[in-house]
Amino acid sequence: MTQFLIFVKKEFLHIWRDRRTLFILIWMPIVQIILYGFALTNEVKNANIAVFDQSNDASSTTITNEINASRYFKVIKYLHSYDEIGTTFREGKIRLAVIFPPKFQGDLLHNNYAQMQLIADASDPNTANTLTHYATAIIHDYQQSLNQNKDLSYTITTNLRMLYNPELKSSYSFVPGVMALVLMLVCAMMTSIAIVREKELGTMEIILVSPLKPFRIIIAKTIPYLAVSIFNIACILLLSVYVLGVPINGSLVLLVLESILFTFTALAIGILISNAASTQQAAMFTSLLSLFLPTLLFSGFLFPLESMPLPLQIISNLVPAKWFYIIVKSIMIKGLGFAAVWKETLILVGMTLILLGISIRNFKIRLA
Amino acid sequence: MRVLKFLLQKEFRQIFRDPSIFRVLFIAPIAQLIILPLAANYQIKNINLSVVDHDHSQYSQVLIHKIVSSGYFRLKDYSGTFQQALQSIESEKTDLVLEIPNHFQRDLIRNNKADLFVAANAINGIKAGLGSAYMQQIIQNYNQTVRTKWIQFPRFNPQPIIDVEYSNWYNPNMNYPYFMVPGILVMLLTIIGSNFAALNIVKEKELGTIEQINVSPIKKTYFILGKLIPFWILALVVLTAGLLIAWLVYGIIPLGHYITIYIFSAIYLLAILGLGLLLSTYAQTQQQSFLVAFFLIMIFNLMSGLFTPIESMPHWAQVITWFNPVSYFIEVMRMVILKGSGLADIKNQIFAVIGFAVFFNGWAILNYRKRN
Repeated sequence: MTQFLIFVKKEFLHIWRDRRTLFILIWMPIVQIILYGFALTNEVKNANIAVFDQSNDASSTTITNEINASRYFKVIKYLHSYDEIGTTFREGKIRLAVIFPPKFQGDLLHNNYAQMQLIADASDPNTANTLTHYATAIIHDYQQSLNQNKDLSYTITTNLRMLYNPELKSSYSFVPGVMALVLMLVCAMMTSIAIVREKELGTMEIILVSPLKPFRIIIAKTIPYLAVSIFNIACILLLSVYVLGVPINGSLVLLVLESILFTFTALAIGILISNAASTQQAAMFTSLLSLFLPTLLFSGFLFPLESMPLPLQIISNLVPAKWFYIIVKSIMIKGLGFAAVWKETLILVGMTLILLGISIRNFKIRLA
Repeated sequence: MRVLKFLLQKEFRQIFRDPSIFRVLFIAPIAQLIILPLAANYQIKNINLSVVDHDHSQYSQVLIHKIVSSGYFRLKDYSGTFQQALQSIESEKTDLVLEIPNHFQRDLIRNNKADLFVAANAINGIKAGLGSAYMQQIIQNYNQTVRTKWIQFPRFNPQPIIDVEYSNWYNPNMNYPYFMVPGILVMLLTIIGSNFAALNIVKEKELGTIEQINVSPIKKTYFILGKLIPFWILALVVLTAGLLIAWLVYGIIPLGHYITIYIFSAIYLLAILGLGLLLSTYAQTQQQSFLVAFFLIMIFNLMSGLFTPIESMPHWAQVITWFNPVSYFIEVMRMVILKGSGLADIKNQIFAVIGFAVFFNGWAILNYRKRN
């Protein structure tokens, strides 16, 4: 046991000495949470638009002003010919062009019917969709204001309720996702690199001839990273509650226990990678490709899983982060208990046991 | 010059001798370019819907049919009560609940107005927002149909109506990969450019072979050029492979010139390789260099407008993106490929990237020491 503790101490010293790596391990989750919480949002705001107003009357000016006043749009240019539309789009300055034909108001008030055109830069389909939606809504509001006094009959009112996250903050889905990402990264990637480094530098030889059991060597390697990741979880949770205002609605103890379970899954994967890789570069890129990207893509926090092609949806089931993400969301945001997440927990436990089994079996005592 | 030739020979041999590097350099990016755009799809469709129909009338049936046939929603279950429907939201089976109250049809026809209830799982705000917007649009359309059925409209519009016409330029079929593929290509080039050259130098440091180069009469500019040029060439080869895949798999043919893309990429790669070099002059171990590069690249990619629009960021974050080379490249790629912008349209971006290239490489050369 003392031998083992000394080994753990050695590993701690390794990490402690490399201040730059430690610095990044600790700051990475914090920066991510802050970026995701404050800077990154899919909500479209202040989109630059141009107006080509051939009519210049009261109606077209009012609509332009209404559009400019909303928080979604900013009119940055008034165009004077059709050709200018294309040039402005090509320069990448605007996302939407609003076009009023000549005699807009005349048509609207005398014939009760006027046309106008919205041209969106659909190279980004989602934003284009959202912007035309918003602009149409503003134009409809104006149209509605013209016939205020007339009552509309046969009206269906839709009452909308946003559950769990009434303000539609993006941090509610990002926080659990970042937790999964960081744990995967710190535990799996760093552990595998740490083990392979000893192989590459030749110090593994010395450890392997020591009387310590190989399994203990590996455990000793993982403990410091386990400590770092628990510290990371604490940081993420504190930040999300006190800075981002994302609540922990369920049991904190359960959340921490599930996180530790997921940490073990990640550690098992890390050991597995270190068995297969012989150079640090190989370990790094294997982790990047087999851990980081799948976690980012298939956990469901960045991209909706239902929109993916079926084969990818099936693959996503093999990604542990997906299950962890569901668990964290259920406990943290929906405030559910263990009864709601026992299935996902069981899947994670199963994955961890299988991965650990394979990696212990494949652990090589002899170097090539 | 002869020295440089030998150095290049050495580097290329080293790269091609290591099969794992070759795999990572070529196979991985190609696989990613094929899988990522399929997965990285923000388009919201197949929203799982649970319907609570208390009315069971002809009207409610027509409405449900309209919603399901819109293509956005997938009817998962009919729940007896709202409570039951909430439970299926809790267990992630469904995303949206539509409740049609008792006497919906009667209220609508006799009292001229009726209510509907929609509840969305809003943990994912985008999905909830778009999902309920689609839902409301369908209900609105349905409402219009009901109205025209019951009211005889006169020949002329009784109220002023503005008919809004839409055109979607540059991507009329709203094809999401058109948007993602150029961006992902940039991300891959950035990862290759910033990581490989840096790791290469640090590996020599860690294994001690750099000592041998340091005691040789090689000038430090030659040494750095010897590390830069191979990866610059390899990255351009990866770019070519990427553009080929974009064409073969996704049918993306740039509206602008390929030459524009290559000119910009060549300058951009100098900048990003310079960044890698700079990191390598500071790092001691491969783990360190990889992690620092990874951290920076992650921030660069997140703040580049690849996944989320830059205009939506708060002002301080937009200021950060001015100092982010990746954001310029992504903008340029999308402009050239989708809108056919030419060199004149992207001159500001070119100047910015030249600035980055000079800055990073200059600093790296200044900071490279032959002595430790």
